[in-house]
Amino acid sequence: MSNVFIAFQANEESRPVVEAIVADNPTAVVTHPTGLTKIDVPQRLTIRRETIEEITGRPYDLQQIHVNLVTLSGHIDEDDDQLTLSWSH
Amino acid sequence: MDTRVAKKKLGLKERYAAMTRGLGWETTYQPMDKVFPYDTYEGIKIHDWDKWQDPFRLTMDAYWKYQGEKEKKLYAVIEAFAQNNGQLGVSDARYINALKLFIQGVTPLEYYAHRGFAHVGRQFTGEGARVAAQMQSIDELRHFQTETHALSHYNKYFNGMHHSSHWFDRVWYLSVPKSFFEDACTGGPFEFLTAVSFSFEYVLTNLLFVPFMSGAAHNGDMSTVTFGFSAQSDESRHMTLGIECIKFLLEQDPANVPIVQKWIDKWFWRGYRLLTIVAMMQDYMLPKRVMSWKEAWEMYAEQNGGALFKDLARYGIREPKGWKDACEGKDHISHQAWATFYNYNAAAPFHTWIPNADEMQWLAEKYPDSFESTYKPRWDYWREQAAAGNRFYNKTLPMLCTTCQIPMLFTEPGDATKICYRETNYFGNKYHFCSDHCQHIFEDEPEKYIQSWLPVHQIYQGHCFKPDVDPTAEGFDPLIAVLQWYEMNIGRDNFDFEGSEDQKNFAAWRADGMGNTGGAAA
Repeated sequence: MSNVFIAFQANEESRPVVEAIVADNPTAVVTHPTGLTKIDVPQRLTIRRETIEEITGRPYDLQQIHVNLVTLSGHIDEDDDQLTLSWSH
Repeated sequence: MDTRVAKKKLGLKERYAAMTRGLGWETTYQPMDKVFPYDTYEGIKIHDWDKWQDPFRLTMDAYWKYQGEKEKKLYAVIEAFAQNNGQLGVSDARYINALKLFIQGVTPLEYYAHRGFAHVGRQFTGEGARVAAQMQSIDELRHFQTETHALSHYNKYFNGMHHSSHWFDRVWYLSVPKSFFEDACTGGPFEFLTAVSFSFEYVLTNLLFVPFMSGAAHNGDMSTVTFGFSAQSDESRHMTLGIECIKFLLEQDPANVPIVQKWIDKWFWRGYRLLTIVAMMQDYMLPKRVMSWKEAWEMYAEQNGGALFKDLARYGIREPKGWKDACEGKDHISHQAWATFYNYNAAAPFHTWIPNADEMQWLAEKYPDSFESTYKPRWDYWREQAAAGNRFYNKTLPMLCTTCQIPMLFTEPGDATKICYRETNYFGNKYHFCSDHCQHIFEDEPEKYIQSWLPVHQIYQGHCFKPDVDPTAEGFDPLIAVLQWYEMNIGRDNFDFEGSEDQKNFAAWRADGMGNTGGAAA
């Protein structure tokens, strides 16, 4: 089973996003290469808008992740409520 | 949630459809294939352009909003860096040489990418692909500009950065990145996307940007970290375009599969060869090391690329032909490349040096199977020679690979003591290659590669001197004449770091920063 990953700049804007990913993806492994926060998950990783909003207590537009996104892998599916990275095989 | 934003009128998917579809039209004054002549000639069959989806579903309005935010963040940092003399905070002046390579060899590629994506954005008949290519074209222009702005601050203090655009079209090693992109831009639009968006951006770009930016952070270079991350935030979108493009081509028609596979074989190898310079930067040029090339290769190419090609197997795509040789090369290419630049440093506008004892130890630990046995003895010998006043500068010109244009410095698969040579005859002329893969790329399109502008050939043919030079004059020195044609500041831009103006200035500025006496700045 292959991992998918996503990495953000290590900063305050990314922090609730990372926390939400960890909450929603129990198999997530978080590492901190210099300047970055990288999250690896086997097969599939989901970012949910609602979880981020619960953490910060204010509305969040998922497309804001573009400002701090550094790299990712896997196939992407995004709508207003979630962003998923996955490998089909 | 007790406060909710007003419900948006359209969801993301509807917005994307509204902002990308129906923007094209069937032409009536001229036939479609005359208006879009490059859309079909590569043999790629597209039945339904509507199947093209940007998975991020980024629309132009959102694009401008987020790009504007990125620019504001970036320029705040660049300004602060300049105002606070950030250049004095880097680990060691040797580090600046990695930035010289970046402005000389990488930044011009951003401009090529800008032009390339503008071109393919015009040539596709599908609106989704056109919008994505146009956004990327603007991104790449932004990268060219922000890198130039950020690095121009260093140009005020250090040599080897003042003439990078001029050098890109002339200096021998810069023909490697230049020819890579010219090869891509002169392919058809689908080959261009497979080359740049998929093979380079998706499969290999993490190896360029992630270690480079982490390396900059490690070495105290806030300005470079910030422009790097700002560029890289666009890069995720480019990577997504790359994988989307490949899936789209493979799903549209089974006849596309062998064409795409051939392009993946070619462009993986060309991209891998291009990254040799990054391998050398990581292992030799960062005074504070972040990770070895070998480690980066294992993390970003072997693990991630492995997952990717396993996933694409369902379409009948296999890993690129050069994959195994590239994986074997992780133990060797950085050492081989740095040794070559050490040799030819009289003709290169940045500095090289012999790794110090501490760095040799690091290299031995990171490369247990190759460094001490194969590469360290050479450095030990050169160190002795340099100490005795015989710093070695190679004054003859190397044979170049006709495809990748890198000097023949790579070794045989399975034998790191033997240089790899391949050759092909084409209409009575002999062409030379560094590897089986570069040879195969040539043999597939010889009409294209026989036109290569190979720096060594051009020098020997007398095309690389100033117009008023007389090569028959008494005492004519061809090497000096070539450096004059490059418009290098001989003795300042080139030669060993040891004894360089950069080294002396940096030491003086640092001393000056520690107190109120001494340390006159140049």
